[in-house]
Amino acid sequence: MTGVDTGAARGPTLAARLGIDRSVTIAFGCILLILCGGALYSREFLSPEYLLQQLQVGAFLGIIASGAMMVILLGHIDLSIPWVVTLGAMMATAMVGWGGAAGVWLCIPFGVFCGAVVGVLNGLGVAYLRLPSMIFTLGMNAVVQGLMVLHTGGFAPLDQATPAMHFMAVQRSLFGIPNAVFVWALVGIFVIYVLKRTAFGRAVYAVGNRESAAYLSGVNTNRVLIGCFAFSGAMAAFAGVLLAGYSNKAYQNMGDAYLLPAIAAVVLGGTNILGGRGNYLGTIAGVILITLLQSILSVMQMPEAGRQVIYGCVIIAMLLIYGRGAKARS
Amino acid sequence: MKTGALSNWRYWIAHNAGVLTAVVLFAAMFTLYISNHSAGLTPAVATTAANKAVLLALVAMAQTLPVLTRGLDLSVGMVFVMANCIASTIVVGTVGEGLLGIVAVLLIGALAGFINGAIVVWGRLQPIITTLATGAVYYGISLFVRPGPGGDVQSDIADLLTGQLFGAIPAALVVLLVVVLVVWVPYRRSVLGRAAYAVGSNEQAAYMSGVPVQRAKLLAYTLAGVLASIAGLMLTFNTYSGEASAPIAGTYTLNSIAAVVIGGTSLFGGWGSAIGSIFGAFVLRTIEDLLFVFDLPPLWQPLFQGVVLLFAVSLGAFRILRVRNRLELFS
Repeated sequence: MTGVDTGAARGPTLAARLGIDRSVTIAFGCILLILCGGALYSREFLSPEYLLQQLQVGAFLGIIASGAMMVILLGHIDLSIPWVVTLGAMMATAMVGWGGAAGVWLCIPFGVFCGAVVGVLNGLGVAYLRLPSMIFTLGMNAVVQGLMVLHTGGFAPLDQATPAMHFMAVQRSLFGIPNAVFVWALVGIFVIYVLKRTAFGRAVYAVGNRESAAYLSGVNTNRVLIGCFAFSGAMAAFAGVLLAGYSNKAYQNMGDAYLLPAIAAVVLGGTNILGGRGNYLGTIAGVILITLLQSILSVMQMPEAGRQVIYGCVIIAMLLIYGRGAKARS
Repeated sequence: MKTGALSNWRYWIAHNAGVLTAVVLFAAMFTLYISNHSAGLTPAVATTAANKAVLLALVAMAQTLPVLTRGLDLSVGMVFVMANCIASTIVVGTVGEGLLGIVAVLLIGALAGFINGAIVVWGRLQPIITTLATGAVYYGISLFVRPGPGGDVQSDIADLLTGQLFGAIPAALVVLLVVVLVVWVPYRRSVLGRAAYAVGSNEQAAYMSGVPVQRAKLLAYTLAGVLASIAGLMLTFNTYSGEASAPIAGTYTLNSIAAVVIGGTSLFGGWGSAIGSIFGAFVLRTIEDLLFVFDLPPLWQPLFQGVVLLFAVSLGAFRILRVRNRLELFS
């Protein structure tokens, strides 16, 4: 498949090949700006310890955003993320009780598997029933919520995370870098590999650009849709498993705080919400940006009300700078 | 003449099939509910049902307008909650002060909707992401106004609007009827109302035909804000308090979209009506009441509601049976 070269005859520039475009540059610029602003407030903001801690917190969001990005690249959206995160956490911790000795080993794959199942159902609804993804995944979110309320009996479950979950989410085994960052890096490398080096990745961009054209070119578009939604569900559940390890338990509504940040991180990273355009570097930038923003607002002891307002305004403002739609109407 | 009248009649049924389905569904379910209710259809039972149903009906009407232009407003629930919080602060005192407060809340709702519309129209951002972000802002404002649940409301107005007229008719239904007659009917007949349908069907064609695309979208989002704030006012009159609750906002946003779909409005824009959404909202509310009279264990209710919701939105899949060419699926 010959790509469309944007530059001169020499092919794409190094920056373009690495995926550094305008939005990625602006996003990284904003990260620097926030860090400098924070440094004026307190020296602590530039300490390696603080930055590593932010990366660790950001890793959970990064894993969720990886899945969300695959779906957004298709021009769809996955609004079932909140309860799939909770589903992953609850199923993984519950599996320890159900499976006994084997459960300790099976719990993490089982949690991710449950998320992938929800993702496949999302994909089936979008691909075969041709329902708008936004409304179908919202409905799915409600169904999963119902299942989890039934599972826990409306109370916080008493199950606890296993040492393996705790190890992945909290501990630091190499050079003091949190393990969660390595997990995010693995997920990121996988996504970059799939998007850049496989036919499936090409098909994701093709479907996002124009599904009918991809279909006529022989792409099995339904398979692509189901694959991406399954990945999104699996990653949301995986992040849920890690979050359970992080806080040592699963609880209701633990995923609610992740939907808007995940979508915002992907979109702020330059991925087009209508699909077909975007790269993973941007998503990394978006995740770090959102995490830093949240952290700084909470360090400054901004009340929740102010945080929500600033948060929404920053997203709108940044999108107005570079995320605007085309003006041409014809 | 007779065949002409007959074909007109047929055309009308075909055009309003979605609304009629919702009306029939609601009538059947409500009859089932009343026949299983221990008290039967007394004014008190009807008023309780109406007070709950009208809230969702108003939010669903609000959601309908952007959807008709092929947009979406994920902030309706947040505007609803924001209006509730603000109303519990300023709709107090004498009747006159209360009325002034009501006007202020409506203006704030209109402003919130206008901001959504302005960002969508002039900022050229996608409605989903715009309203997701502005929703966070409106929720922040709600929290700012009312950090904890509480507040009060002018009780004379509240009692009048949530009680019964002539001892029989639920006043909330009258409010809904007035909103339909004062907001929806003139809107539907106005140039900008028809423009909204045109924009939803095909924005480029509408633009080429000289339809005021931008003003139609702006008005749709602004009116959505007004309608959502009317719902917020009614919530305040029902509960006599305000609460900045994210779950309430989320539930109402979700259910408003479901009500719009059940009411026969196309999420792809250009087709449907707010009347359908009202009955869609009534259907959703009656489902909850049915769960109550049939004594479904409380733990099963969220799951049951979720499944009903998923099923309701899946009804939209019937359109694929009408598709003759597979390529039409991708549009």
